[in-house]
Amino acid sequence: MKLFRANLMRLTQPPLPAQVKDDPIHVRIRDVNKSYGSHHVLKGVSLDIHRGKTNLIIGPSGSGKTVLMRQLIRLEKPDSGELNVNGLDFAKLEGLTLASMRRTFGMVFQMSALFDSMTVFDNVAFPLREHTDMSRKEIAERVMEKLAGLGVAGAAQQLPAHLSGGMQKRVAVARAMILESEILIYDEPTTGLDPITTEMVDDLIVEAEEMFGVTSIVISHDMASVARIADYLSFLHLGEIAATGTRHELLHSDHPATKEFVRASRVNLD
Amino acid sequence: MPEAAPTAPATTEEPSKLRVAARELGRWFATLVLSPFVELGALSRLFGQTLFWGIRPPYRARLFVESMEFIGIGSIFLVSLTAMFVGGVLALQLVDGFRDFGAENQTGAVIGLALAREVGPVFTALMVTSRAGSAMTTELGSMRVTNQIDALVTMAIEPVQYLVVPRVLAGLVMVPVLTMLFNVVGVFGAFFVAVSLLGLDPGVFMDRLRWLVDWDDVSQGLIKAMVFGVAVTLIACRHGFFAEGGAAGVGRATNRAVVQSAIAILMLDYFVTGIILGEGLF
Repeated sequence: MKLFRANLMRLTQPPLPAQVKDDPIHVRIRDVNKSYGSHHVLKGVSLDIHRGKTNLIIGPSGSGKTVLMRQLIRLEKPDSGELNVNGLDFAKLEGLTLASMRRTFGMVFQMSALFDSMTVFDNVAFPLREHTDMSRKEIAERVMEKLAGLGVAGAAQQLPAHLSGGMQKRVAVARAMILESEILIYDEPTTGLDPITTEMVDDLIVEAEEMFGVTSIVISHDMASVARIADYLSFLHLGEIAATGTRHELLHSDHPATKEFVRASRVNLD
Repeated sequence: MPEAAPTAPATTEEPSKLRVAARELGRWFATLVLSPFVELGALSRLFGQTLFWGIRPPYRARLFVESMEFIGIGSIFLVSLTAMFVGGVLALQLVDGFRDFGAENQTGAVIGLALAREVGPVFTALMVTSRAGSAMTTELGSMRVTNQIDALVTMAIEPVQYLVVPRVLAGLVMVPVLTMLFNVVGVFGAFFVAVSLLGLDPGVFMDRLRWLVDWDDVSQGLIKAMVFGVAVTLIACRHGFFAEGGAAGVGRATNRAVVQSAIAILMLDYFVTGIILGEGLF
């Protein structure tokens, strides 16, 4: 049955044009709009996500960062605009094709979103059991290797509720990475963590990029993390991209809100 | 002293209090009238999705068995206890009533008929709602507000297929099984009260029961139990699946699920009975 599902996924996955792997832009977000009733949250957001790099989307609370992330991974459908991933418009996909293409992304939620009825081991093994025909032994080896790499192998048989916030975050990262997706999205990965765990999560994001060539999209307002890990930065302000570019470019942006945000963070981005 | 700048004239008039009140009343009335249809629409949509995903692989047998265990095995004690007392109280009332015109030997027959056709499926479904339905809503609601359902979606797993289908299927199977249990224990409770406490002849009690109650009566109850099983699990899943507003929102969703399930059981009971008997409908 797993094999059937895997084949079904493959069949419903549209073929990728050969040249997309060489395209330095992994995701092109163009003129994305999203409203809830009369509240216009995303107002024509356009930005590029660079392949194999750590791309940060920063901005003050309520600027629409999480809403943008929800459109990107198609937890919600944007009202208009284009989400071009590997040459395919994600915004227009539906049904089984959309489901199969979602495997392009791995996601680390702000509150970890671990399944509280499963142990840590089962949480991380879950995507492998659902999407691969690996044997139990292979799954166990891969899961334990991933957990050990993140320093939480000792908690494999515990329930998520018995772990600290930092450990839960590490398990969530392990779960997101286990299928070796092309793009990993982190929603506020360091919020509420102590400085040491924050640094560990930051290192993890960089490692994923360096070891597996993963494209990382990090949604954050933690400027210390920005200084450590960002290759590219976009500043989202009131539902619009106010500035985008490298760390250096963003630091020298003329946009008043961007300047104010950088100044208030008191973190040296150079 | 410089002259104060004239204030700009108001461009829009403040709506009168009467107009505001009328608008609010209109909105409240529209909500009152339309909300049952909205709810019915949402349930129909989820039911359609459940059918759509229910027939598609992968078939997760383990989740189905776990749901059957939760709904069925977990409810055995509660269903048995209530059945015992419902059977007992029916016997008390009927023996007392029938004695007035010397018909107490019909007690077993009437109780058997009532349990098989009506009391068994309705009480069982109400018990399943109060125990398993509320727990399902709370569980799915908690998963929704902590992004666990979103996490399933991001892992390319259809949440209706993973969470709703096994529960609704388990309801379809286990509520009839529990109804049979209710019927058996209910008859035992009635027999105990009527024979041991009220002095009815045991042979007459059982003979009358066998004489009046046949398979058609039992199957009528089982059909109803299947309908109720689907309805209560679907309502529970619908409210949990779309819960919002944190812990308080989950609490409200659970409350709504239990109330709606109870109403749905009693309303569906009438319509299913009407369809089976071929009368009482328009």
